[in-house]
Amino acid sequence: MGQTFVQKILAAKAGLDHVEVGQIVEIVPDVALSHDNTAAISKKFETLGIEKIYDQNLHIIVLDHCVPAASEKYASNHKVIREFVKNQEIEKFYDINNGVCHQIVLEKGHIGPGMVGVGSDSHTTMYGAVGAFSTGIGRSEMAVIFGTGKIWFKVPPTIKFEITGEWPDNLTSKDLILHIIGDIGSDGAFYSSCEFTGPAISALNMSDRMVLSNMSVEMGAKNGYIPPDEKTLLWLSERTDKKFKAVYSDEDCKYSKVLKYDVSKIKPTVARPHTVDNCVTADELSDVKINQALIGTCTNGRVEDIEMAASVLKGKKIHPDVRLLVFPASMDIYKESIKLGYIEILIDAGAVIMNPGCGPCLGAHEGTLAPEEVCISTANRNFKGRMGCKEASVYLASPLTVATSALTGKITSP
Amino acid sequence: MIVGKVWKYGDDINTDVIFPGKYTYTISDRKEMAEHALEDLDSEFAKNVQKNDIIVAGKNFGCGSSREQAATCIKEAGAGAIIAKSFSRLFFRNAINEGLPVVECPEAVDLLKKGDTAEVDFINGKLKAGGKEFDFVKLPPFILEIFNDGGLLPHTKRKLDKK
Repeated sequence: MGQTFVQKILAAKAGLDHVEVGQIVEIVPDVALSHDNTAAISKKFETLGIEKIYDQNLHIIVLDHCVPAASEKYASNHKVIREFVKNQEIEKFYDINNGVCHQIVLEKGHIGPGMVGVGSDSHTTMYGAVGAFSTGIGRSEMAVIFGTGKIWFKVPPTIKFEITGEWPDNLTSKDLILHIIGDIGSDGAFYSSCEFTGPAISALNMSDRMVLSNMSVEMGAKNGYIPPDEKTLLWLSERTDKKFKAVYSDEDCKYSKVLKYDVSKIKPTVARPHTVDNCVTADELSDVKINQALIGTCTNGRVEDIEMAASVLKGKKIHPDVRLLVFPASMDIYKESIKLGYIEILIDAGAVIMNPGCGPCLGAHEGTLAPEEVCISTANRNFKGRMGCKEASVYLASPLTVATSALTGKITSP
Repeated sequence: MIVGKVWKYGDDINTDVIFPGKYTYTISDRKEMAEHALEDLDSEFAKNVQKNDIIVAGKNFGCGSSREQAATCIKEAGAGAIIAKSFSRLFFRNAINEGLPVVECPEAVDLLKKGDTAEVDFINGKLKAGGKEFDFVKLPPFILEIFNDGGLLPHTKRKLDKK
């Protein structure tokens, strides 16, 4: 019997020939990401009584969750991190002028096929888009990695998603993943490794692939892997000289489930408050008025997403009752979007362009909501209180749907 | 053995309603975290929870963020255990790493109501509720050791000190 991607990669990291689903392995990852939570993690690390961290090269630290600092507390938090980085001589540190952590890890070529990444953030699953195994861990676990390099994993079962069909012009990978999550539920891929395969996946650019891996965690998955192909290697070769050893599932491996979707049959999809699996098609929500529209975050803040928004908003004005916020996911994306003229189009349409970072996605600052307000966002979570107010509502959709809705003032299918 | 009164909730209780994102970088004191436990789910919980009270919930408890404070605030508020139909993988890990017992037992969840008393023997995988006894899957020894040491940090410290 062959092995799945996740069995092979975890076995290799653990120095074993073969692992079974359910087996516990202890490994040292290739990449360990932390963000604004590094301050709290550094305090936990100190309780271990170790002076120097296990391996400086393992760690990537990105300030993104509340940048620039919104208050004295956030500022003090950042200060603790900068001191820790200096004392521990961590080179891969990205201060507030870089972007959202997951975008930075990928964009700077820190991870690629066959590598293992962990992060003290649930959307660490995003690196599966380049053929890595990656998943979120807790703060104590990251503190222990700072101290010893080690983390344990239970080898998960694997669900294969076979995606076929021609992509309609108004459909994006965001609609596909929302459709899947709506179909199988918030625990539909519980504890599982997800593999996205098929001609409709091969047809996607890297930006769109990242959306699928990023949001795998919203159906309970451990990771969301996309088998690397020529597009993956080309994208990485523009960012790093590293050589990668891709890992693929064996043809005769055992999947716990195989789920099939045809994108030509899917319509633009929206997740309603307050769970990500509460999905319907956008045209079913045409009576929902919006106060705020958000394009950005690690899920949909890349040049390709900003381009989609610009294509909808070119030469037009957003609805007078709507605030449109745009957060490029990184400074490189911001610069590229300026160069391509998208930023000017968005500003002329009435958008506020924000600095790269997480923005109000987790309710800290830069566009939090008031009671009874409604936001449609390209982010990945719509939980109650997520954007800072428990009496507000958040809907999740693609950049095309969000931009179209910003024009009409209510949820509108592109 | 943990004996406590039940607080009952539904499915998909996520980390944002357990410990809102707006506090994740502004609150570092454990006692202060406890004051906000379950804030956007049930404002009565943090005010009235008694030592060893037991949270009972449906599927996918703790889904969402990796934030460890979701487990820390519940533990620090005094809760003795959580019984759920299932737990998100991140919450499950964070709970064990905090030394908070997490029990998967769908049958008991269906039986228990708010205010009932439940008894949990976490190490041995036994649970008493509503006059019935349930067995649940015990932790594998590797993970039980982390729990028995009081969480991941003390566990790691103990191993390092032994070397």
